[in-house]
Amino acid sequence: MRAIEFRDVSFSYGEEGEAEPQIGGFRLNHLNFAVEEGEFVAVLGHNGSGKSTLARLSNRLLEADSGEIEVFGTLLTKKTVYEIRKQIGIVFQNPDNQTVASIVEDDVAFGAENIGLPREEIGERIAFALKAVGMEAYRNATISRLSGGQKQRIAIAGVLALKPRIMILDESTAMLDPRGRREIIDVVERLNREEKITVILITHFMEEALRADRAIVMNRGEIVMQDTPAGIFARHEELLTYNLTLPRIGMIVKGLNAGGIPVSDTLDIEKLAGEIAECVS
Amino acid sequence: MKDVAFGQYYPADSFVHRLDPRLKLLFLIAFITAIFLADNFYGLAACALVLFAVILASRVPFGKVLRAVRGILFLVIFTAVIQVLFNHGDEVYWGGPAVYWEWKIFAVTQEGIVLAIFLVLRLALLVMCSSMLTYTTTPVALTDGIESLLTPLKWLHIPVHVLALVMNMALSLIPVLTGETERIMNAQKARGADFETGSIFHRIKAIVPILIPLLVSSIDRAEELGNAMDSRCYRGDIKRTKYKKLRFGWRDLIGFLLGAALVTGVVLLRVYPVGFLGSFL
Amino acid sequence: MRIVAEHLSYTYNERSPFETRALDDISLTIEEGEFFGIIGHTGSGKSTFVQHLNGLIRLPSSCKHYHPKKPKRGQPVPPEPVLKVGDFDLSDRKTDFRALRKSVGMVFQYPEYQLFAETVSEDVAFGLKNFADKKSRPSEEEIKAAVRDALAAVGLDAAEVGEKSPFDLSGGQKRRVAIAGVIVTRPEVLILDEPAAGLDPLGKREIMELLHELHRTWCKTIVIVSHDMDEIAENCTRVAVFKDGTVPYISTPKELFSHAEELYALGLDIPLTAKLTAALARRGIAIDCDFTTEDFLEKVLALKKGGAS
Repeated sequence: MRAIEFRDVSFSYGEEGEAEPQIGGFRLNHLNFAVEEGEFVAVLGHNGSGKSTLARLSNRLLEADSGEIEVFGTLLTKKTVYEIRKQIGIVFQNPDNQTVASIVEDDVAFGAENIGLPREEIGERIAFALKAVGMEAYRNATISRLSGGQKQRIAIAGVLALKPRIMILDESTAMLDPRGRREIIDVVERLNREEKITVILITHFMEEALRADRAIVMNRGEIVMQDTPAGIFARHEELLTYNLTLPRIGMIVKGLNAGGIPVSDTLDIEKLAGEIAECVS
Repeated sequence: MKDVAFGQYYPADSFVHRLDPRLKLLFLIAFITAIFLADNFYGLAACALVLFAVILASRVPFGKVLRAVRGILFLVIFTAVIQVLFNHGDEVYWGGPAVYWEWKIFAVTQEGIVLAIFLVLRLALLVMCSSMLTYTTTPVALTDGIESLLTPLKWLHIPVHVLALVMNMALSLIPVLTGETERIMNAQKARGADFETGSIFHRIKAIVPILIPLLVSSIDRAEELGNAMDSRCYRGDIKRTKYKKLRFGWRDLIGFLLGAALVTGVVLLRVYPVGFLGSFL
Repeated sequence: MRIVAEHLSYTYNERSPFETRALDDISLTIEEGEFFGIIGHTGSGKSTFVQHLNGLIRLPSSCKHYHPKKPKRGQPVPPEPVLKVGDFDLSDRKTDFRALRKSVGMVFQYPEYQLFAETVSEDVAFGLKNFADKKSRPSEEEIKAAVRDALAAVGLDAAEVGEKSPFDLSGGQKRRVAIAGVIVTRPEVLILDEPAAGLDPLGKREIMELLHELHRTWCKTIVIVSHDMDEIAENCTRVAVFKDGTVPYISTPKELFSHAEELYALGLDIPLTAKLTAALARRGIAIDCDFTTEDFLEKVLALKKGGAS
């Protein structure tokens, strides 16, 4: 089944009638893409490419100028927005800006309270959500004392308490240290695999995209590439024109090829080492 | 610095900590009433005894509670001095003259000394019992308690829920904002800003480089927080449930009985004064 | 300016339930001219350490009401902490901390959040005016020239952005302006806490290139705090690893990253080049590189040529 579909969606923000998007203003032009249920899709793009706007359009935090957005077969409108918000959970960038309470369980409960669930069920959902992000032991902890990665996992739990079928991470790893980033990616990957939640990971860390089924590249408000991560990183010259770089392993592959060591476009360290070994010995 | 927000709360797992915050609030009101009703030393002694028991049960170090009095030390000394110098009563409590010294409007009398001691004790008890509430109750529990006690206001269409949510959010933001203020202050200090010396005008001007960045980041923060809340299906009070219902347990019953006994005891001591000190006032 | 720290300790919230020991008797030296890296997890004490370097956190002995603690009977007297930055003795109360801050520039994480003035030029001039000598204030012309130079040093054109509001710039530009606002006083040491955090890949690369340029032309010593092992391997002369307030390793990246197991045990990663080198070593191919991408490629290609001939 189709989880989410954008049909010819356009959006503009900032000064009217300017050909080029200015700083602080940008536009999305005729976006067309779909994500299937259970998929893990990465959305890549430089800062200001419009990738975050994508997330905000999908549950009508921003309203599209034209085009249609459909979530599990339901058209996103003013009437259906609250139903759709239950289906799409969004985790944002700054772990400090997403909490409404000081204690973990109170914060995780917030979404479930909003949709009017009975008390017992909220309790169960808190337990489920905290377990899913590996934070059961922190149910009564004070959020401000947690690390960035832990805070962000609480934000994910807060979204999970609504039992969404799609989860969008809007640069949720950008402000974390490598350990926090790994925690989040691991959690998200597990949710995708075990809970069958459709994941849209918006990021500018090329390495994170390696774990996705599919990647979408955005540039200046347009979708310019859609392929598997390996397929996308094989087109390095094109990526550079979108102000993106290769993941480090891609750079090394490129350097080796240029120096006369023919290795394949692999993103796997062991495989690359094997190919180098074969070539030089 | 981050702990300023919880500056008062003393984390421990005790009988008093676990009491229903509503009961603690009511208990505090009862206790203050008792202190004001007590018109003799026996009444105050009864209050002090109960307070002492509460402090023991709460496992908050006694020194910490006493420190609360230090905050109003000036007020205490001022009250005592006024009483001792300006009381012209002629009550005799022990051997010797009723008036030790007199000059114009000033006088040192037995009654003045006794009254000064009485008032100092009363003030100290007041401060100590109020600080016990904040030492043993988290800010969140306190707002929950206040919200619950204010529920009758809902019938007057006052949005108690929104009030409580705002209070909770403010509390959870305090550590974030203090951290942020500290960071910005440090950054400006590193650029040679000086907040500690100079005229008042100079110092007010020196705040601008802190205030503006704080304002700018707070606007970003508010926007992201709003988005996060909307994404988690927040729609005001519509069909909202509450996960944490404050519940009245056996501890609370004991606390309630203790409070009731205290007030009754103090009233009895007022009606049936005992001993020689009982009759003053 | 050489930075010497010996027996440095620091505790937050002393004698409260929230007491945390941020630095525990650390000693380390940063030579003049280095591009020094500091790595470690959040809460490992690295931020506390760098804030000592320009006196944002003071040594107890340089505070007003300092009474040396009497050691308990029978216990050895703890060694006196030492912290020197060039000629500044930071344990001395009489040290001119203003002069110190002028020569030790500090760029905090997400420095764009410290911008406040109406125009870019004004913001960059802020530090310059603050540090100016009370008696011989710089003239408007001098300030203008210094601001123009600082902006040029970070790759911005004063004529183009100088009169704009800093809040109208792009994220990357804002960060450059913030850095210009620190280097405008021509500090000898520049400390940056995660200078590339939050930037996209291209922005990251540009900032690192900028730092190298500054190292060549502007500030003799650069200290960066970073989480990115690749960034450290590519750029730094030496690295200190912080762990729970101690410094278990100080060495060159080459030395450090050849001890992968120890770093993994600390929960830290190693650069991709080091991972590849280790994977090749397991296949019987030894490569002796300093873990920069450039050197790694060179050594592998040399091996190929050597094998062919």
